[in-house]
Amino acid sequence: MIRAWLMQHGFVFFLTLKRLIATPVTSLLSVIVMGIALSLPTGIYVFMENLQSISRETASSPQMSLFLKLDAQTEDIARIKQRLEEDSQIVSFQFVSKDVALHQLQLSNGLTDLTASLVRNPLPDAFIVHTLESAPETLEQLRAAMQNWPEIEHVQFDSAWIERLNALLKLGRFVVLMLATLLSVAIIAIMFNTIRMQILTKRDEIEISKLIGATDNFIRRPFLYFGTIQGLASGVTAWSIITFIIETMNVELVELVRLYDFDLQLQHLSLDDSISLLMFSALLGWLGARLSVASHLWQIEPG
Amino acid sequence: MITFKNVFKRYPDGYVALNNIDLTVESGEMVFLTGRSGAGKSTLLKLIAAIERPTSGTITISGQNIAQLKPGAIPYLRRKIGFIFQDHKLLFDRNVFDNVLLPLQISNFDNKTVASRVRAALDKVGLLKKEKSMPIALSGGEKQRLCIARAVVHRPNILIADEPTGNLDVEYARDIMAMFTSFNQVGVTVLIATHDASLLEDTQHRILSLKQGKLAA
Repeated sequence: MIRAWLMQHGFVFFLTLKRLIATPVTSLLSVIVMGIALSLPTGIYVFMENLQSISRETASSPQMSLFLKLDAQTEDIARIKQRLEEDSQIVSFQFVSKDVALHQLQLSNGLTDLTASLVRNPLPDAFIVHTLESAPETLEQLRAAMQNWPEIEHVQFDSAWIERLNALLKLGRFVVLMLATLLSVAIIAIMFNTIRMQILTKRDEIEISKLIGATDNFIRRPFLYFGTIQGLASGVTAWSIITFIIETMNVELVELVRLYDFDLQLQHLSLDDSISLLMFSALLGWLGARLSVASHLWQIEPG
Repeated sequence: MITFKNVFKRYPDGYVALNNIDLTVESGEMVFLTGRSGAGKSTLLKLIAAIERPTSGTITISGQNIAQLKPGAIPYLRRKIGFIFQDHKLLFDRNVFDNVLLPLQISNFDNKTVASRVRAALDKVGLLKKEKSMPIALSGGEKQRLCIARAVVHRPNILIADEPTGNLDVEYARDIMAMFTSFNQVGVTVLIATHDASLLEDTQHRILSLKQGKLAA
C-alpha cells in the first residue's frame, strides 16, 4: 500500500515535470518572474548580512583612517609616522601613499577611463591605524588628539560609522520584511493565476477523473506538485541571480578595497539561509496552488 | 443488488426526469433500459453512480444508501462501477494505453500489475495493437471499445452503459453487445440504456422501459 502510494507520488512528480517541459516558455517566464521577485528581498538581506559582518569585524579590531592634507610633504609623513610609532595605544599602522593609491586605481579594470581623465591626483596620503583599546571613549579621545596633529585633514573613527550603520541596518531589516511580505503575496498571486489557467485547460481531465472515482486529493495532487516545483525553481533562480551578482561584485570590489588595506569579500547566503530560501519559495508555490485549487476545483462537477 | 424506492428527480429548471421509480436489479443480472430520448434513461444511470442526486427517495447498492452518501465517499462508490458514457469522455491528450490506465491510477493500484491489467482489458475489446494510438485516430467503434476497456479494467461489480451502440452500424453493435454478455457471464451486473430496438429483438434479458420518467410495466 505504501509502495503504491509512493509510486503514485513518483508518477505525479514526473507527470508534473513533463508538463513543465511541455510548455517551456510559459514555465520559464513564470519561474523567472517569481525568481526575480524573490531575489529582491533576498538580495537586500544578503547585502545587509555583509554590512553587519563588516561592522562586527571592525568592532573587534578598532581601526581609524588618518587622511593627510593634500599638500602634505615627505617630512610631514615621516613626522606622523614617528608619532604613531611612539604612541603606546597604537598596535600597528600602515601607510598608503597617494601615488600607490592612484597607481592601484589605474591598474584596476573599469576605472582606467576615470583615472585617465584626472588632471592631478585627487587622492590623499593615508595611514590605516589599528588601536589597542576598543572602548568608544578611548577611541574618541585618540581621534580628537590625532585630529589636532599638523597636516592631518581628517580622522575617520570607524565606530561612529558603525553606530550609524547599525541604525541603518535596523531600518534595512524592516525594508526587507516589508518587501518580502509584499513580494510573497505577489508570488502567491502569480501561482494562483497559473494554476487557475491550468485547471481551465484540464477541465475535461478533472471531470473525467471525478466520474471514474478520483478523490479530491488525487485531483489536487498534480496542481500542488506543479506549484511546489515552480516555487522551488524560482527559489533556485533567485539564488542563482544573487550568486551571480555577488561573484561579479567581488571581482570589482577586490580591486577597490585593496587600496585601503581593507579585506572585504562579499559573503554569499549561508547554507542555512539558502535552504530557508528554497523551502520558503517552495512553500509559496504550494500555497498559491493550494488556494487556487480550493477556489476553482469545486466548480468542476460532472453532471 | 441495486434498489430504487420512490425515486424522484427534478432538475433545478423544474423538469421532472424521474417520477416515482421503484426498481430492483439483482447482482449478476443483465438489464436493458429503453425509452425515447428524454424518457429519463441517462438520469437513472447517473443516479446509480451518484453523478446526479435524487430529489427524493432512496437508492441502495449492496445495502448502502446512495442518496445520503457524503461527498467524500462518492469516489469509492464510483470505483465499484464501470461507466460507459454516451459521449465516451476519453482523454484526447494521452494514448489508448494511458486512457485505460487512468482508473487504476485513481484507485492506487500497484504499478507491477497495472500494465498487464491494462493490456488484458485492451485485449478483451480487441484494441491491443492500438495501445500507442491517440484516441483522435480511432474510429467511432474503436472509441466505444476503448471506453469499455476503461470501464472494466479495474474489474467493477457493476457495469453501466449509456447508449453504447449509439452511432455504430449493426455489425459493430453486435460485437459490443457480445462483450457485455461475456462480462455478465463472469458475474458482473450489467445495465444498458438504449433506444436501439434491434438490440433487444432476440435478448433473453429483462427489459425495463421508461416513459416520461415512469417505468412502464
